[in-house]
Amino acid sequence: MRHRIIGLALFMLIGLPALAMAGGKPYFYPYVNPLEATVMEQPPYSQADLPDRVPTRTFKLKVFPDRQIPKVFWYEKGLVCSLTYQKKKAPLVFVIAGTGARYNSPKMVNMQKALYQAGYHVISLTSPTHMQFIINASSTMTPGHVYKDAKDLYRVMQLAWDKVKDDIEVSGFHLTGYSLGGMQSAFVAKLDDEKKIFNFKRVLLINPPVSLYNSVNILDQMLVDNIPGGLDNFDSWIDTVMGKLAEAEEDMGYLELSGDYIYKAYKRFPPREDFLASLVGVAFRMSSTNMIFAADVMKGGGYITPKDVRMSNSTSLVKFMLVGEHTSFTDYFTEHFVPFFQQKDASLTEEKLIDILSLRSIEPYLRRTGKIGLLHNEDDIILQQGEIDYLEEVFGTRANIYSIGGHCGNMNHPDVVDFYSNFFAGQEG
Amino acid sequence: MRTTYSIRISAFIIILGILLLSGCSTLPKPGPYTEPAMRGYEELVPQDKELSALVYDPLEGFNRGVYRFNYYFDKYLFLPVVRGYQFIMPDYAEDRVSNFIDNVLEFNNFTNSLLQLKFKRTGTTLARFGLNTTIGVIGLWDPATGWGLHREGEDFGQTLGHYGVGHGPYIVLPILGPSNLRDTVGFVGDTLAFRNLGPPAWVDDDDVTLAFTMVSSIDRRKRIPFRYYSSGSPFEYEQTRMLHTKKRELEIAD
Repeated sequence: MRHRIIGLALFMLIGLPALAMAGGKPYFYPYVNPLEATVMEQPPYSQADLPDRVPTRTFKLKVFPDRQIPKVFWYEKGLVCSLTYQKKKAPLVFVIAGTGARYNSPKMVNMQKALYQAGYHVISLTSPTHMQFIINASSTMTPGHVYKDAKDLYRVMQLAWDKVKDDIEVSGFHLTGYSLGGMQSAFVAKLDDEKKIFNFKRVLLINPPVSLYNSVNILDQMLVDNIPGGLDNFDSWIDTVMGKLAEAEEDMGYLELSGDYIYKAYKRFPPREDFLASLVGVAFRMSSTNMIFAADVMKGGGYITPKDVRMSNSTSLVKFMLVGEHTSFTDYFTEHFVPFFQQKDASLTEEKLIDILSLRSIEPYLRRTGKIGLLHNEDDIILQQGEIDYLEEVFGTRANIYSIGGHCGNMNHPDVVDFYSNFFAGQEG
Repeated sequence: MRTTYSIRISAFIIILGILLLSGCSTLPKPGPYTEPAMRGYEELVPQDKELSALVYDPLEGFNRGVYRFNYYFDKYLFLPVVRGYQFIMPDYAEDRVSNFIDNVLEFNNFTNSLLQLKFKRTGTTLARFGLNTTIGVIGLWDPATGWGLHREGEDFGQTLGHYGVGHGPYIVLPILGPSNLRDTVGFVGDTLAFRNLGPPAWVDDDDVTLAFTMVSSIDRRKRIPFRYYSSGSPFEYEQTRMLHTKKRELEIAD
């Protein structure tokens, strides 16, 4: 109810609802502000009609059976994936979650429902930036290297397929992902063209970054630029946000420490531009804190935890959490990520890595590969100036770009759901 | 009599022992090649500020043990029982049960609103109980909320807080989860008052009280969507602790 009222109020405040044309049909989206679109859940009247529940089961993968998992992660016992299944023969879509998200995050669950409704089996995969993936399924244990992450994902896909192939009838494979998962889909598709295990028929990139480094910089900056009083006030600011989260818990009746939850909690705040931006920044910072801690501990420490320190299932971690909150993704990139990959290849420079970790590094492949499509928004907040034009130019008629929707804000919009549901059947538009 | 007494004493000593032993083991242990982290706590985090993440938690080792116990208890016993309950019961009946339990438990909202001298709340709670018990058919329905009389949650922990008692050390209670010393005392107080002065005393039938306790525990768990270790954060214990503490502060201020 509260959503509806706030949504409606904002809608009236904005006055002139955005009306744009996409794919020949009128596309109506209630928020004109890209930050709002990104943060706010769509009001129910503009959401696609999806089934309440779809047949789904989870299964656990032991990707590296011999890997010793540190005691501090005592609750991690494998990589959990899910299968949404049809009772008849159908094509299967692999879906890769966005940064820090799990196979069952709200966006993933919506995609499972929409794709099930459109007649597909779905295997949902946790993002390589999620702690569980780093601990159980990452070969480098250093997430962010999209080539290596694509290899890890490809390995996981094969294991997942192995686990379910006797239970379902599959007529072909497709691939998609949103946000960072969208970018990874492109690299996995390229890998599959070489290895030819799945022979993906169609691949859809949803709101991918062009350059990983540019996008994480933008997200880091959102926090830094928008804390009232500047970075010196970081701690009291985090405190304020936590207070509001606790308030939200009381109101919503539950607590979940995810980006999606923070987004929902936003509805308790006055809609202010700087606040929205810092909130996106906080959500990103919290998930990068989790990621950096897991990556560091798995490799024996030295970055935000002391090197070669023994942590048990009772070790107090609060200081590491606070250090993590004071570490940006960009810090992680230059201080930890780059040196790690330089150890393996001395000729690597920071600039070179930044260049590699971009869709630009596979531009010729993206240009010539007809099966890859793009779904994006012109006002996506994670893109740098000019990047959307670049994508439009590279993908040409295979790009479907909405004028508004922010970063993944319109993923549950009926037009968008229709678009991706039809895409895999080859009848988009 | 004497034997029970000594059993109790030994149980107390054992628990105290666990407390002390586990209480010491929360620091990371250095290995043979330990070197400090590149990004250190003292350099990066301001040491002169009070951070809400740093909750007073002298029993952390014990608490983490209980947190772990709760994870297993939840996974292998509590949630399966909840799922069984949901499987057997039609959703409509589940909602009636929830309403009935809420209505019975208005007793504690009433006593604590009164103890805090919040007379408007006391009146609202009393009116709710009256309306829901009669028109709502022994509380199976909740017409009072529809008429603008919203539930006023108050417990003895909040009453103590209202009169200035600080939260004391953080405590994770077996099965019940995050709490602190003040709220644990509050919980015991509420339970005793409820048993001896509230609805169980009016009914005066141990079997009925037992059945009510069991069903209300299942119903309560059913209504909390929290699942241990699904947050995707290695700092779930720390974040739960911080948010719980903040939440209680807000509830007391309200």
